[in-house]
Amino acid sequence: MRPAGDAELVRLDRVTCAYGRKPVLVNVDLTVSSRQFSGIVGPSGSGKTTLLRVLLGTVAPLAGSVQRQRDLRVGYVPQVESVDWSFPVTVSECVLMARTRGRLLPWRSRTERAEVGEVLERLGIDDLAGRHIRDLSGGQQQRVFIARALLGRPELLLMDEPTSGVDVRTRHDVLHLLDDLHRDGLAIVLTTHDLNGMAAHLPHLVCLNTEVIGQGAPRDVLVPDVLERTYGVRMEILEHAGMPIILDDYVQNDNVVELPEAGR
Amino acid sequence: MMNDLLRPFEFEFFRNGLIVATFAGALCGLVGVYVVLKGMSYIGHGLSHAIFGGFAASALLGVNFVLGAGVWGVASALMINGVTRRRLIGADAAIGVITTASFALGLALFALFGRRGRSFDAALFGSILGVGIEDVLAIIAVTVLVALVVFFGYRRLLFTTFDPEVAEASGVNTARIDALLMLVLAISILATMQVLGVTLIAATLVIPATVARMLTNSFSRMLLLATGIGALTGFVGMNLSYHLDIQSGPTIVLVGAAVFALTFAVTGTRGLGRTAGLDERGTAVAPR
Repeated sequence: MRPAGDAELVRLDRVTCAYGRKPVLVNVDLTVSSRQFSGIVGPSGSGKTTLLRVLLGTVAPLAGSVQRQRDLRVGYVPQVESVDWSFPVTVSECVLMARTRGRLLPWRSRTERAEVGEVLERLGIDDLAGRHIRDLSGGQQQRVFIARALLGRPELLLMDEPTSGVDVRTRHDVLHLLDDLHRDGLAIVLTTHDLNGMAAHLPHLVCLNTEVIGQGAPRDVLVPDVLERTYGVRMEILEHAGMPIILDDYVQNDNVVELPEAGR
Repeated sequence: MMNDLLRPFEFEFFRNGLIVATFAGALCGLVGVYVVLKGMSYIGHGLSHAIFGGFAASALLGVNFVLGAGVWGVASALMINGVTRRRLIGADAAIGVITTASFALGLALFALFGRRGRSFDAALFGSILGVGIEDVLAIIAVTVLVALVVFFGYRRLLFTTFDPEVAEASGVNTARIDALLMLVLAISILATMQVLGVTLIAATLVIPATVARMLTNSFSRMLLLATGIGALTGFVGMNLSYHLDIQSGPTIVLVGAAVFALTFAVTGTRGLGRTAGLDERGTAVAPR
């Protein structure tokens, strides 16, 4: 049963998507509620980004249905690898892009200036407003795009690989930031490859490989059987301080690459 | 010396040509920002060649040039936009087929039925001879129109140019914005063709925007700078064209190239580094 005040934002019923003849998602059932903080995990090409785009509304399903809450505001944070970092925009110009409705004039209104300042301050990057987006660290860049999404006052935040290619410290910061945003009432769905550093820390996971293999709390889905069906390889699960730690089962399968000894 | 410099201003054709060249430079500089940032340089080059086919056909059929080349150019622009958005074939292949075929048709029509006269050379390389008051009014009208489109569409154009997928998800009709950009590009080429020449318009689209990018990291400043640099190269180029007795198109482009070289000398690798990646966006109008 859904807790009181936990509204259904998006519901996917038996959604199937394909690029050409190749199915990317098959019969996916998924519900995103207003208190959700979910990670979608799966191997490359498993349909994670497509599922995110279905939730976003930029990919229409071939079959099945997508039901969205009326006037749902969705924020989207793209993969940092897909961003054109040479594009001439400053941090504040980038954040203001979220405002395309209601005002035709190119420059910021006084209210918009205050709102941009507020969201940048909330994310701790208010001193970077005039900087070019390329002149930022990985964590700061991620925050700029989260700020842009937040300026649209979303109820649901979708993020594509938010910790891809960032160091441990930045991943830690992003995770804490998202946790704070979720506590403030924002529903979050993200994709990630990082099972130990990211997925295991989230309250809810969806294991995807074209179809949903399993979904639920990390303890329930980060189990050998579900992971093997998701990734096609056997994995070993350890537990540390109540958290599952996933290990590739290379040693058992004798797949370790031997390095030549030094000086030989 | 001063008298020599001011002498051409006595001639009405020169004054008209100078106004047209200055506005043409500003217009191409403004539109060029989107062309460069969206990786559409090849489209600009191709579209200008495609319009030549319409110019040749309308000249031979006795149809009004603006109407004939305009319809041809807009049709080519929308066709290229449609093919690239649907990704039916590679964007550069589509543009190559449509535009070079159109250009070749123009050359063939002139070879078979026309005379390679002044209008033929002017269309290819640009000329200020024969620039009348109606051309002056036309270029001013088109520049004002495009400036209004950029001013009032600034936010949507910027979002679509930078991040088409998120722009679409945020409610921006990116297909309409892409089509609008193609129309703006086609109209701009049409309006500037006589002074700049179809073979050289692409350079006037690319150079001011690239120089502006070398000078700033801000999109709004890049728009203003590119427009100013374009106007300046048009003005200086047209004056030099008269004094050196070289066609206006090549002179304006060479002035632009000199501005680029000067900017590079001043900004060095820092400026050039800012333009890195401009060529990585591909030639597609469609979202990456």
